[in-house]
Amino acid sequence: MAASSSSDTFNLLWLQAASCGGCTMSALAADDTELLRSLERFGIRMLWHPSLSEESGTEALSILEDCASGRVRLDCLCVEGSVLLGPQGSGRFQMLSGSGKPMMEWISRLAAQASTVVAVGSCAAFGGVPAAGHNPTDARGLQYSGWDLGGALGKTFRSGSGLPVVNIAGCAPHPGWMVETLAALALGNISAEHLDALGRPRTYADHLAHHGCGRNEFYEFKASAARPSDRGCLMENLGCRATQAPGDCNIRRWNGYGSCTDGGYACINCTSPCFETPSGPFQETAKVAGIPVGLPVDMPKAWFVALAALSKSATPQRVRTNAHADHVIVPPARKPFKSP
Amino acid sequence: MTQNPTRLIVGPFNRVEGDLEVTLDIQDGAVAEARVNAPLYRGFEQILLGRPAADCLVIAPRICGICSVSQSVAAARALADLGQASMPDNGSLATNLILACENAADHLTHFMLFFAPDLARSCYSEHPWFQTARRRFAAGDGECARTLLPARARFLHLMGLLAGKWPHSLALQPGGVTKGIDPGEKIRLLSILAEFREALETHLFADSLESIAALNGIAALEAWADAAPFDRGDFRLFLHIARHLNFTGLGSGPGRFISSGSFGLFAPGVWDRDALTVFDPTQVTEDHAHSWMEGTTASPSAGKTIPSPDKPEGYSWCKAPRLAGQVAEVGALARQMVDGHPLIRDLIKTRPGGSVQDRVVARLLELARLIPAMETWIRAIRPAEPFCFPPTDLGDGPGTGLVEAARGTLGHWIGLDGGRIAHYQIIAPTTWNFSPRDAQGNPGALEMALAGTPVLPGETTPVAVQHVVRSFDPCMVCTVH
Ligand code: SF4
Ligand code: SF4
Repeated sequence: MAASSSSDTFNLLWLQAASCGGCTMSALAADDTELLRSLERFGIRMLWHPSLSEESGTEALSILEDCASGRVRLDCLCVEGSVLLGPQGSGRFQMLSGSGKPMMEWISRLAAQASTVVAVGSCAAFGGVPAAGHNPTDARGLQYSGWDLGGALGKTFRSGSGLPVVNIAGCAPHPGWMVETLAALALGNISAEHLDALGRPRTYADHLAHHGCGRNEFYEFKASAARPSDRGCLMENLGCRATQAPGDCNIRRWNGYGSCTDGGYACINCTSPCFETPSGPFQETAKVAGIPVGLPVDMPKAWFVALAALSKSATPQRVRTNAHADHVIVPPARKPFKSP
Repeated sequence: MTQNPTRLIVGPFNRVEGDLEVTLDIQDGAVAEARVNAPLYRGFEQILLGRPAADCLVIAPRICGICSVSQSVAAARALADLGQASMPDNGSLATNLILACENAADHLTHFMLFFAPDLARSCYSEHPWFQTARRRFAAGDGECARTLLPARARFLHLMGLLAGKWPHSLALQPGGVTKGIDPGEKIRLLSILAEFREALETHLFADSLESIAALNGIAALEAWADAAPFDRGDFRLFLHIARHLNFTGLGSGPGRFISSGSFGLFAPGVWDRDALTVFDPTQVTEDHAHSWMEGTTASPSAGKTIPSPDKPEGYSWCKAPRLAGQVAEVGALARQMVDGHPLIRDLIKTRPGGSVQDRVVARLLELARLIPAMETWIRAIRPAEPFCFPPTDLGDGPGTGLVEAARGTLGHWIGLDGGRIAHYQIIAPTTWNFSPRDAQGNPGALEMALAGTPVLPGETTPVAVQHVVRSFDPCMVCTVH
């Protein structure tokens, strides 16, 4: 049972709404030590986490009740997963086990007590994959429903600290984004100017997933992959949206060594609202007259077209050849490469 | 003295994910009947309809962040089945490695985070092993998790190299994988595995993986357990506690085991009491009698998912999968039983329905078998050869993709029409194990395994019930896709 809280700890409660559990799984790899230990360093105390706490059943429910009724101070409520309002606004598509109450109701009671509310992952931030298609469960984010205000907590929601919901968007979010955001909150270092227009922490949202991609040389020359497993840039044909996607995925690696684009597949812009419903297939690039529709965020189209034509004409043989292979065929060499 | 049954509603059942509620009718200090409810519905099968075919590679894995690779492989296999795609050797080797990494990490996570912390509960404080259990297994600050979680995180670096990221990778495609491996990366993969092997052999097993994999019967297992002090390695500590708490007498399931086979390493089949037969996925149906779903029993190649939240007979969002009308158990125990591992065959010969102990043993045994196999697969990669043969045209029609997730057999049934998804049905491992009753009133595997579980006076969340539930390693988010 949660003891009454002392003032030098930062009390955090984590709930899984309609999630896939992936945000927690991602968090478990944080700093190669795991979530709890990474958070402990900043005085963060986990009152309860569905995967990491001993308490189950009635013991778990009493911790939740203590927080919801204000008996235990709740510094931070983290919600992973979309909030289901259906069917017909009843929230019955997700009942919190053992409590007889919809998860939606628990979340609004707890959010009303919390100093800060954090949406972990794109589902909790914007609705995410459960909100795709005709959104059969009326899935919402906490503050947003897609691009629009109007999530489960309402348009004007502000937590005790006055902040809107902090949206650690991503599907799943990088563990570093979670640890850094929660640590900064515990240190009192997050105010409105540290969040972007959609409530995402600027620590990672000020970057584009394209920055630092291992395919950047191919991008420069518009030497593009044609098929999965080719080494070329994925933007022209295979649907890469990283030039529009907030995220430092290619600056700080995933799982020690990786990133989506280094793994050979397109960035699907998982940190943005409605990524789950692109205008065309995920792994194809939508084009008009041969020009990709989704151009780099701040690049005028005419310039893109002109530069692409120019750089294509200047593509070194090495880059052109390697773009269409799954391993380096032509190594870099100062002298022109001679075929054997 | 016989009394009227009392009813207990238990939940949330963390730890893998909390969307599980169990209703227990208790009589004479034990569970008389159990009903298992998955109180979450997300509608993935509906969301997939109408989308371009290959979008299932993005959407379907997001059913589950715990076994997203297994979901990816099932979706890719369903597309490959339909498009008659083939895969280069490197593609199969890399797929095996990515899937095995997830399976192995899952088995370890289950043991240290989801199962063992219950052995450190204060209700066991009278036992002589309690202090050791508390030190090693306590949730949050137990040494076992503190040591092995970092090992697990570094083991997942394999995903960074081969799959870009985990969870939710798009690397697994119908014709192979999107990432080639160069000779330097091959060495890094071997180093990652060597480090993981060392952590397992030092802390979890206190013995070589090969000695664990070679345990060939109950006698060998017991002799191994007694060969060193009970706290020498977490596996031995578990066996010691299992003896004290009679885990072999707890949680007997239906005794019918399914495996679709995995990696070309574990054979497919169905074990039904004392005979091994072929697993034929066309014999699989889903029954809706007690699910909040419209419709009746159907094959997943024709079934529909239409929620009916007010259906009076319904008590779960989970459908009831059946093989030729019968209830079955899936998971590591099923896989190793079907494959014929001598230790597991011996355990099941003695206890046809398996037990809490048997499920945990099978998982750790599988972990010990997987790592050496992964070492072989990495050595077999030939960096200059292709990793993917992308199918040229998927065509229309039906496709089936089967895979063994850590928790058991997972199937995706797809139907394409004009290049779009016209049909998508998923049967997840926990859907098999945590199924509700069917039209004949047959309880699902866990419902069966819970019957007879002791409930002590005053318990509101009975600890033995938790052991049984967690011995199946439920993954509720998969169940309630
Ligand atoms: S693959 Fe994507 S992220 Fe990488 S260089 Fe090309 S556009 Fe940028
Ligand atoms: S690269 Fe793109 S899709 Fe991948 S995690 Fe980063 S933002 Fe999401």
